Amino acid sequence: MNKSLFAALLALCVVACQSTPPKEEGAPVEDRTPSTGTAGATTSGTTSGGVAGTATRGGNPLKDPGSVLSKRTVYFDFDSYVVKDEYKPLIEAHARYLQANRGTRMSVQGNADERGSREYNIALGRRRADAVKKMMMLYGAGEVKIETVSFGKEKPRVEGHDEGAWAQNRRDEIIYVGID
Amino acid sequence: MPLLLRCLALVCLLATNAALAQLTIEIVGGGATAIPIAIVPFRGQEGYPLSLTSVIGADLERSGRLRLIDPGGVNPRPARPEEVRFGDWTSRGADAVVVGSVGPQADGRVEVRFALLDVIKQTQLAGFTYAVLPTQLRATAHRIADVIYEKLTGDVGVFSTRIAYIAKQGSRFQLDVADADGFNPQTVVTSNEPLLSPVWSPDGTRIAYVSLENKKPVIYVQSLATGGRQVIANFRGSNSAPAWSPDSSKLAVTLSKDGGSQLYVINADGSGVQRLTNSAGIDTEANFAPDGRSILFTSDRGGSPQIYRLTLASGAIERMTYEGTYNVSPRHLPDGKGFVFVRRDGGVFNIALEDFATRQVQVLTQGTLDESPSVAPNGKLVLYASNTGGRGILAAVSSDGRVKQRLTAAAIDVREPAWGPLAK
Repeated sequence: MNKSLFAALLALCVVACQSTPPKEEGAPVEDRTPSTGTAGATTSGTTSGGVAGTATRGGNPLKDPGSVLSKRTVYFDFDSYVVKDEYKPLIEAHARYLQANRGTRMSVQGNADERGSREYNIALGRRRADAVKKMMMLYGAGEVKIETVSFGKEKPRVEGHDEGAWAQNRRDEIIYVGID
Repeated sequence: MPLLLRCLALVCLLATNAALAQLTIEIVGGGATAIPIAIVPFRGQEGYPLSLTSVIGADLERSGRLRLIDPGGVNPRPARPEEVRFGDWTSRGADAVVVGSVGPQADGRVEVRFALLDVIKQTQLAGFTYAVLPTQLRATAHRIADVIYEKLTGDVGVFSTRIAYIAKQGSRFQLDVADADGFNPQTVVTSNEPLLSPVWSPDGTRIAYVSLENKKPVIYVQSLATGGRQVIANFRGSNSAPAWSPDSSKLAVTLSKDGGSQLYVINADGSGVQRLTNSAGIDTEANFAPDGRSILFTSDRGGSPQIYRLTLASGAIERMTYEGTYNVSPRHLPDGKGFVFVRRDGGVFNIALEDFATRQVQVLTQGTLDESPSVAPNGKLVLYASNTGGRGILAAVSSDGRVKQRLTAAAIDVREPAWGPLAK
């Protein structure tokens, strides 16, 4: 390969590495022990209780770090699309918000960690997204308000090749269309 | 609609811009029973920018089936069969010797002559003369390597075939096509969103692949001759895992338009979609048998991802893998006698081969995250994606597990290899 091309390539790579998004601060690393029902970091906002579902004059609860609605990630075990109990309050809060706020629409984006087949992971991400959507519907959200998409393992949140990174990449992201 | 605009901006075709992702091949292990062969530098080749015998030698050595014997010290160097003194070669331990010449023709083309001789039997096994353009010298070297390989091993040579793969540079993805030895990379499509699952049509004219440029998986088919591309499946939900039928007329695909991910078959122009499977779980990664009568696929219908076979005429479905809890990505061997796949064992993912008759499984690779196997059209090598130091590389292993190679590109992530068909 031509040396200047090679140098340009290297430069490209360096730039790309630097532009990698930083780790999401405070993103919960998956708890491998059986859930005891105590809420982790992701569900600490549920204390706001019944009022979590409606927009208040005080600001947009979707952006309020104190509200459970600011938590937008559901994490999964390896090769699993079972929604763990600890995420039910979070999903319920979003379902209520969708129900209460006319015109809001949501995209649930399923993702997988880097291990195994890219295509199987596309299907697995799909299942993960559908699992959260179904649970939202059980909590009363309208089906038409939620679209699901899978990115498989193509869009990792965290670059890394260990369980710490994998746990953060096996996830559904909840996105409010037109708001986020 | 902003989404549409974004998609238009993302994809551009680079028909002429050679990809920067030149692959370099490194042989990691070799076969013990390789045939010793001496390749005498062709008379006159020093007048050309390409050393034909270097390309031929590299091809043959990479196969793991032949071993190069140094022709140095034989003087004068033979260029024609009648100039070969067999004693020179028996004393060097060569079982076969290749001689040849390169020179200009009056019409501007180059004449390449070569002969392959059996040193033990003292007979000529093959001899050809080619008249080619100077730009075709490398292709001619591959063709000569194919002839030698076929005569000495009895198997079809794949040195004139091409491979496709996805290269990732920073946040940019490109689908590249290169010669089987990694040379002459050409970029077929680039995107700022992930590309995956390239597969060659069996007639070698088109590549089907999946792109996320529409913010979801959509299947495209692209012509290699014109660069023109067509959306084959863009239904609601995911459109993924394309697999060509042996006659290149149809594709088996995975769609989630009716709920979960299920197998469908669709015409190569995107018309006539028909559902193939009906399960409550995930069905994906279809791969047609060479005779087109059955399909291998991955399904979690039994609780964990395993490989199943669907017989198209009867609709019968049979489970093919039982060992372990993660067996995925089945690809048939070209002779239809077995398949390679990815299996997870003890937390690592490796390429394995299962024989249909005996149901025996042989693990071929020792990486930690090996995936995406693609079998050479002669069935002798399996190309797959692996990684080193967190970076994606391509690797190849012989289907008996003995010969291993690594194909790397400087500072670029390479994945999703697909071996093209034999040149027609």
